[in-house]
Amino acid sequence: MNKLSNQRAWWLVVPVVILVAFNALIPLMTVVNYSVQETFGNNQFFWHGVGWFEQVLKSERFHASLLRQLAFTAMILLIEVPLGIAVALCMPRKGPWVSVCLVLMALPLLIPWNVVGAMWNIFALPDIGLLGKMINSLGIDYNFTQQPVAAWATTVLMDVWHWTSLVVLLTYAGLCSIPDAYYQAARIDGASGWAVFRFIQLPKLNRVLTIAILLRFMDSFMIYTEPFVLTGGGPGNTTTFLSIDLVKIALGQFDLGPAAAMSLIYFMVVLLVCWIFYTAMMRNEGQS
Amino acid sequence: MAKITLDGVRHSYPAPRGAEQVWALEEVSQIWEDGGAYALLGPSGCGKTTLLNIISGLLRPTEGRVLFDSEDMTDTATATRQIAQVFQFPVVYDTMTVFDNLAFPLKNRGVTINEITPRVNEIAQMLDLTDSLQQRAAGLTADGKQKISLGRGLVRSDVNAIMFDEPLTVIDPHLKWQLRSKLKQLHQQVGTTMIYVTHDQTEALTFADKVVVMYEGKVVQVGTPQELFETPRHTFVGHFIGSPGMNVLPCESDDDRPHCLGVALGLMEKKLGQEGVLEVGVRPEFVFFDSVGIPVSILKVDDLGRYQVAEVEAHGQRLKMIVPESEVIPSENPCISFDLDRTQLYRNGWLVDSEELS
Repeated sequence: MNKLSNQRAWWLVVPVVILVAFNALIPLMTVVNYSVQETFGNNQFFWHGVGWFEQVLKSERFHASLLRQLAFTAMILLIEVPLGIAVALCMPRKGPWVSVCLVLMALPLLIPWNVVGAMWNIFALPDIGLLGKMINSLGIDYNFTQQPVAAWATTVLMDVWHWTSLVVLLTYAGLCSIPDAYYQAARIDGASGWAVFRFIQLPKLNRVLTIAILLRFMDSFMIYTEPFVLTGGGPGNTTTFLSIDLVKIALGQFDLGPAAAMSLIYFMVVLLVCWIFYTAMMRNEGQS
Repeated sequence: MAKITLDGVRHSYPAPRGAEQVWALEEVSQIWEDGGAYALLGPSGCGKTTLLNIISGLLRPTEGRVLFDSEDMTDTATATRQIAQVFQFPVVYDTMTVFDNLAFPLKNRGVTINEITPRVNEIAQMLDLTDSLQQRAAGLTADGKQKISLGRGLVRSDVNAIMFDEPLTVIDPHLKWQLRSKLKQLHQQVGTTMIYVTHDQTEALTFADKVVVMYEGKVVQVGTPQELFETPRHTFVGHFIGSPGMNVLPCESDDDRPHCLGVALGLMEKKLGQEGVLEVGVRPEFVFFDSVGIPVSILKVDDLGRYQVAEVEAHGQRLKMIVPESEVIPSENPCISFDLDRTQLYRNGWLVDSEELS
């Protein structure tokens, strides 16, 4: 048999290779490149090994912003997921109000991040903002530009306002896909409303909720624009989350090495969590 | 346990604005005797499921009453009607074990665990589920899940009726037979009224003592499988029951005698003064090749193994006939005749009764 050796088909892969290279590999490798080198200006670089990584991992500043980040993400997940499920359960399943509710729900998702930040900044200003002024007139001393607690509350509230809709819409879609027979069987079995939620709705929402939590985790873990516009990371460092801190180091102080090392660690954390979620999801899939 | 009576029940689903009201169920009055095995047979969309949901209380009929014995249950909630229902697609509570699934209806009704355990074990034994009691219900096969749905109905000792809404749709063919005989066996064991909805005549005829045939929102005939086969009350029943279905041929009535395929049907020589479209129905089983009779041309012969199905044409009408496997299909000048005792006359689709004729 005379088999013709022909390797020209490899050319077909070239567009993808180029795309991936420009899209991911080259930018990422630049960061990797910076993360292992030291510079004293003049565009001259020296090998620094894993020094920057050690420095970042040991730095208290990094620990603090990572902790703030984790606290923020945990907080918004704890609020947005139950709230989103609750709202989705209350939404009508049939009739003319369905589209009205869906549009109202989708609205916050359509607003650009910096606009959301600016909106809430003005909305919450203690002297002229509708929210800020109202709270103060209730006798509560509220000033998010000066009080850490107020700044946190406002940031969390802003995120809840902006992103609960995502959880609502995903959950609503999940609820709509449960066949009527389940509800009918539950009525015949005499199940209470709570039992219907616990044994039918929640298990059936399992997959869609995993996706909702994953998306909200990633987005909130990488949040930048909204708190930057709202509080600028302050007062002090109290709302300086990881990405804000990163930008401060990279562009404010122009410490390319530590910033690059921090970026990679940041990236690894996100990757790790995604992997955990993915594995959990696949395991669930295998069970059912 | 109770006799279930539907008294003038009609139902229409809310129509979209501007659309005319459509009756999914037109005027059904039907008594379901306690302990009977009924099949509700009819094509998709004829109102079978609507009727079932009205009995179980998942739907409230637009008009009419539902009585259990003599008690009016029309407005009673599903949970208190003591009805069990098995759906087309198996409904199990995924996160629970098989045991918890079976115990669920009892727990919801406040039965203590000491009473639940023996009852669940008993039902599991009946359904051959004992080995998988501690397994998660989600991991079972479709037929296992369907058994759980059924078990949740059986576990309550006080159910008035168990209703099956095309329960074997998603079950593998070789298991269908098993489950069907299981159902029949269970019916004999527990003696609860069972109503079995299906569009498959084999399923209906093997399961039920009485078959209720529905067509376009109406009950067209209630009878034993044999009655449905021999004297279909409506041409639809003739078509729907039997394989192949009944031949329905146009019929003229010139000199007070029905004529069909150019032949006067002597036995039906009666007064036919009333208006209406007349048709003659004869089952393929009762049409024969004969030495004399109606000349036909043979269009097609299918050999089905146990018998042959011949499609013939006479006077521009096609009809089917079942020919025994051993019989040779005549090749020259074939003629057919009917068994007139088993030939029915229909007016506007409905059987012309002998009383009405005389």
